[in-house]
Amino acid sequence: MSTITKDGVSSPAAAKASPAKPRRGLRGSPTFNFWLFTGPFLIGLAIFVYLPILWSLYLSFFEARFTVTPSEFIGLDNYVTMLTDEEFIRSLVTFTIFAVFIVPLTWGTSLGLALMVNRLRFMRAFFRSVFFLPTAVSYVAASLVWKMSIFSGVRFGMMNTFLSLFGIDNTAWLASPDPPWYWLVILTVRLWLQAGFYMILFIAALQNIPQELYEAASIDGAKRGWQTFWHITLPQLRATSTAVILLLLVAAYQAFDEFFNLLNKTTWGRPPLVELYYKALGDSQDYGAGSAGALILTVLICLVTLLQGKFLGFGRGEESK
Amino acid sequence: MSAFRNSNFDRRTALRAALGLAAAGGLAACGSNTGRSSSGGGAGLTQYFHAYGEAGTEQAIKRYAKAYKESNVTTQWITGSNFESKLFASLLTDKAPDCFEFHPQLQMIESGQVADLTDLIDPVKDDFNPADIQSHTVDGKIYGIRMIDDPQFFFYRPSLFEKAGVEVPQTLEELAEAAAKLTTDKVKGAYLGNTLHSMINPLIWSAGAQHLDEKNQIAYHTDAVVDGFKQLRKLFTSGDLLLDAPTDFWDPSALNQGLTAMQWCGMWAMPQMQEALGDDLGIFPFPKVGDAGKQSVYNGGWSMFVNAKGKNLEATKEYVKWLWIDQKEYQEDWALSYGFHIPPRTSIAASAEKLKSGLPAEGVKLFNEFGHFDNIGWTQASITALEDVLANSVRKGADPDKELTKADAKVNKELKKLFG
Repeated sequence: MSTITKDGVSSPAAAKASPAKPRRGLRGSPTFNFWLFTGPFLIGLAIFVYLPILWSLYLSFFEARFTVTPSEFIGLDNYVTMLTDEEFIRSLVTFTIFAVFIVPLTWGTSLGLALMVNRLRFMRAFFRSVFFLPTAVSYVAASLVWKMSIFSGVRFGMMNTFLSLFGIDNTAWLASPDPPWYWLVILTVRLWLQAGFYMILFIAALQNIPQELYEAASIDGAKRGWQTFWHITLPQLRATSTAVILLLLVAAYQAFDEFFNLLNKTTWGRPPLVELYYKALGDSQDYGAGSAGALILTVLICLVTLLQGKFLGFGRGEESK
Repeated sequence: MSAFRNSNFDRRTALRAALGLAAAGGLAACGSNTGRSSSGGGAGLTQYFHAYGEAGTEQAIKRYAKAYKESNVTTQWITGSNFESKLFASLLTDKAPDCFEFHPQLQMIESGQVADLTDLIDPVKDDFNPADIQSHTVDGKIYGIRMIDDPQFFFYRPSLFEKAGVEVPQTLEELAEAAAKLTTDKVKGAYLGNTLHSMINPLIWSAGAQHLDEKNQIAYHTDAVVDGFKQLRKLFTSGDLLLDAPTDFWDPSALNQGLTAMQWCGMWAMPQMQEALGDDLGIFPFPKVGDAGKQSVYNGGWSMFVNAKGKNLEATKEYVKWLWIDQKEYQEDWALSYGFHIPPRTSIAASAEKLKSGLPAEGVKLFNEFGHFDNIGWTQASITALEDVLANSVRKGADPDKELTKADAKVNKELKKLFG
């Protein structure tokens, strides 16, 4: 069949419209397809998330030491125990201190890295990869490197070797809460591990800012640098920043690996999950109290997330801004 | 035309292949790590061991298991520092081990987790160290078979002591003074472990106290123990203690690498220390605390327990009896061929040539003269309560008397649950 047009340009032949075949049996059913694709996920969710949550709720009303099928109902005793437990309350304070430092620090570092990498004319991909690579390292492995190599308390620890050049004595970074050098170790390891991931989010957002805005600002006399950053870049990154802060906050609540590995069985520097681990899965094996603590923590996370959404506007539609 | 061009074939074949692989993987997993060929008969048994630091121990345990012809015995060699957590968690599931090593603790008996092994041990009861039997006995029933006794004491470098003009300390004050004199810009005076947790038991005994009295009531909260914690705090903040070492007290690296002049450790590490330091090695017990105190040695160790809720209870008891009662050759090999441990069977200990002279003999002497064993009523919750006291009062600077009072509440709660 000829496809020559009046202009002499070849155009693809129109596809022959095939008559729509009625789909046969279950494969044609949207309901079947829905369950086919979402069913396994929902079953997994039910078995590994909802059932354990319900079982935790059940356990929290029972005396459940060394058993997950308890028989002694004790009402709200486990909740009272956890809410009056000095160490559990202290762990919530620890989390708050941690979040207060790590959230803005990671936000600032990742934004700074993104701005820096985004401005590069050469080797942008290389530096993007270099900063992103730590994201692939496990928290446990990184914690052990930090503990045994960089911040080891002995004279051949990397940081102590460096400080000895200035005549500074060995520091036991993790042994004592006075002064609390352990925070330096924890913050640096987490910053190294996660700044690269958030940098990628910021780079994506930076690349979505229309250049016309900067051009218009330039015509209006805005100076490049701080002024443009403050009045154009930062407001344009608002949605990404809010999402990053939310993710960082949730990640801070989930802090476990580095605290568990760096601060072995100390009574200080325990975030809630480490405290609950010691209570429920550690030596005490008190699944009742642990479950009560887990549910208290869940409620707290929900409240904080809602409050954060309210103050920072996460999830609010564009029209309501 | 190749069948692979057919898209239907592709999808279905891929699905079938994936399912086949998954099934094969599952089957492969079932057959792994038994330590023996698949031709062995009888029930399949599983045993849990924590990872010992001495080279060759894992292979030894698997070799013993392989030599047992009545059952396939799979060994789970659990690395990491949280053996207890993994053991306790698995005991709640269908995948619980049939037998496992641990320390005698009443809560495991009370919750029906460990089986009564009296009938296995009774015929040879007189051949066991009586203190080992006592520490595993509740209401006349014996619940575990001791595999090894592990005395813990201070190891020191006599050459460094001589150079600093220091005598072996007899009291905790003298230990702190010695640590100060031994500290140089390269070497710290003493290493007590990163957490210092291993100091708790000997501190209590050296202060003339006990964890619990005969009526199973708190006996550790005394003025001497409070004073002991205060002295440890002074030592901790003196700058004469090695802190944050790459490995903990159970590993001899700190002493072997010249980071410290004396280190708290166990007899298991003696061969490694002798290899690294030769004759420049001595031992002494935990010094006394206060005038009424007495030097002490912690007789740690590991025992074999049988899961009372296991599916193969009788077969497991037979295996445990075979290995830890009948096979004296393996028991001796386990105690003496890797690290040094004291065999709990007196007949094996008496014939152990490696323990008859030199430093090992000195270790046995300290074990017999100053040794204290675990109290079966002193459970994990109580252990954790006193670990918190140490962390707060020694490492954090809180008042030990107040911290002990807080611990009393937790321990009493535990005792109430155990003894009513």
